Amino acid sequence: MNPFRYVKATSPADALARMGRNPGARFVAGGTTLLDLMKLGVETPDVLIDINHLGLDGITEDRHGLHIGAHVSNTDLAEHDSVKKKWPVMSQAILAGASTQLRNMATVGGNLLQGNRCGYFRDVAMPCNRRDPGTGCGALGEQPGVEGINRYCAVLGTSPSCIAAHPSDMCVALVAVDAKVKISSPAFDRLERAEDFFRLPGDTPQIQTRLGPDELITGIELPELPAGARSMYLKVRDRTSYAYALTSAAVVLTLDAKGRIDHARVALGGVGSVPWRSHEAENALLSSPPTEEAFRAAAEAAFAGAVPYQYNGFKIALGQDTLVRVLNELVRPGAGERP
Amino acid sequence: MDNPEIGQPDETADVAVPVTLTVNGRRHDLMLDPRVTLLDALRNYLGFTGTKKGCDQGQCGACTVLVADRRIDSCLTLAVMNQDVPIVTIEGLGAPESLHPIQKAFIEHDGFQCGYCTSGQIMSAVALLEHEKPPASDTEIRERMSGNLCRCGAYPGIVEAIRCVRDAARNPVAGEAA
Ligand SMILES: Cc1cc2nc3c(=O)[nH]c(=O)nc-3n(C[C@H](O)[C@H](O)[C@H](O)COP(=O)(O)OP(=O)(O)OC[C@H]3O[C@@H](n4cnc5c(N)ncnc54)[C@H](O)[C@@H]3O)c2cc1C
Ligand code: SF4
Ligand code: FES
Ligand code: FES
Repeated sequence: MNPFRYVKATSPADALARMGRNPGARFVAGGTTLLDLMKLGVETPDVLIDINHLGLDGITEDRHGLHIGAHVSNTDLAEHDSVKKKWPVMSQAILAGASTQLRNMATVGGNLLQGNRCGYFRDVAMPCNRRDPGTGCGALGEQPGVEGINRYCAVLGTSPSCIAAHPSDMCVALVAVDAKVKISSPAFDRLERAEDFFRLPGDTPQIQTRLGPDELITGIELPELPAGARSMYLKVRDRTSYAYALTSAAVVLTLDAKGRIDHARVALGGVGSVPWRSHEAENALLSSPPTEEAFRAAAEAAFAGAVPYQYNGFKIALGQDTLVRVLNELVRPGAGERP
Repeated sequence: MDNPEIGQPDETADVAVPVTLTVNGRRHDLMLDPRVTLLDALRNYLGFTGTKKGCDQGQCGACTVLVADRRIDSCLTLAVMNQDVPIVTIEGLGAPESLHPIQKAFIEHDGFQCGYCTSGQIMSAVALLEHEKPPASDTEIRERMSGNLCRCGAYPGIVEAIRCVRDAARNPVAGEAA
């Protein structure tokens, strides 16, 4: 780890002031992503600003929904009574990620900014456009001597410069429930829809979100789901627990009196460069009866634009099956319904 | 744990900062490079070598300790970030002559082989049974202990040990008889 100066911020304004315009400074919350990357030499901050004491650890509820401080731990958010009751997809997604120890440490803000787990990104001896723009993408295996292990990579939203999959479970659920990210910057505060917060890699894979380098996430907002909404998260991985998603799906839907789907939001994990909202699947669901056949068609629509790489083509069929299974579960009488 | 071998100032002491850690009920004032993780502070500066380093990347759970009654991986947090909070390590649970019930259960149910993961497993089990909602089934025990890997595959014994301590707490008399 490179040497750094450690400072403890006491309020959001203090944290922003200490960050200033220093490109070498980093905020540290739970530390579970940042310290890992610092040990690997991927992150080399010269100042570490501890943001664990800014007073951003509350969860409050009003008629608009739930307001969650950026420093709330993944555990506390997943175990919160209202979240379990009204946004079960959020609770399920968070509990499907990492381990209890890590969820106790990890914060909402840090989870939004966990970046990616691409093995080439994590290895400073390897080419990676995201870590060192212009060096090439190791996962594509285009350079001599670099095999291009891309089994975990994305099939949706990739670009010739980066094919990494977004690894977060929580963020997939945030997109499905249409959460907002609260951002504080030196000039003003703003809200960003979770869906818009993440940026496709394009030619600038090193810029992963719309958060500026001098900005702070202060919280997230979960809007009330429509009356009668059912929601669920399902994650498929190489082992039953404590592994990143190969594929996942978060769905929020409502059924009308005749049992037809009249509202649907679909987000996919493990398969996209960003937590992936599928308008294609949503549109397909809204125009058909809730049958296995219609679910298959929606899943096919979701992956119509998918581009497989050498080792990850299996994610297309697996991702479709994951979505179909969630949809089947959700339309079962009484399933996943909020009380 | 006053080991004169350990706790010597680091050669980078010119950048050291004062760090106060409260471990197993005792206050320790240290001068540490801010890069020192909580795990390294416990092992290398305070001599609490019961806590193990497996991966140093949050992937194995060998370094599990309790901070403010919550289990965490001490390899992914800095010592300087953990001041003013009570920290409990395996040394704070029981002594050889007076083992904690979970330590006893690990011995009785063959919850380990080489022992490298064991302190982490036990700290995780203590958090699970004493500070979290008790697990309802073996499947739930496995899921909630999944942050602790065991290279020797002692998992069946670990699950059994945890189940027995849970049941004994629910029904003390039957528990003692069992
Ligand atoms: C072994 C392992 C397994 C994992 N498995 C999973 C998994 O299965 N699913 C999953 O979703 N995740 C998984 N994770 C990732 C984990 O969820 C993240 O590491 C965690 O959520 C990050 O939160 P943190 O508070 O520790 O962030 P930190 O490490 O403290 O920060 C991460 C980044 O965010 C920045 N930051 C943090 N808070 C703010 C803020 N409020 N404003 C601005 N910037 C901020 C920091 O500067 C840093 O760049 C795993 C991690 C590990 C180590
Ligand atoms: S996929 Fe992205 S993160 Fe991975 S090597 Fe290529 S550029 Fe880097
Ligand atoms: S040493 Fe900390 S999790 Fe492996
Ligand atoms: S007992 Fe050897 S690693 Fe678990």
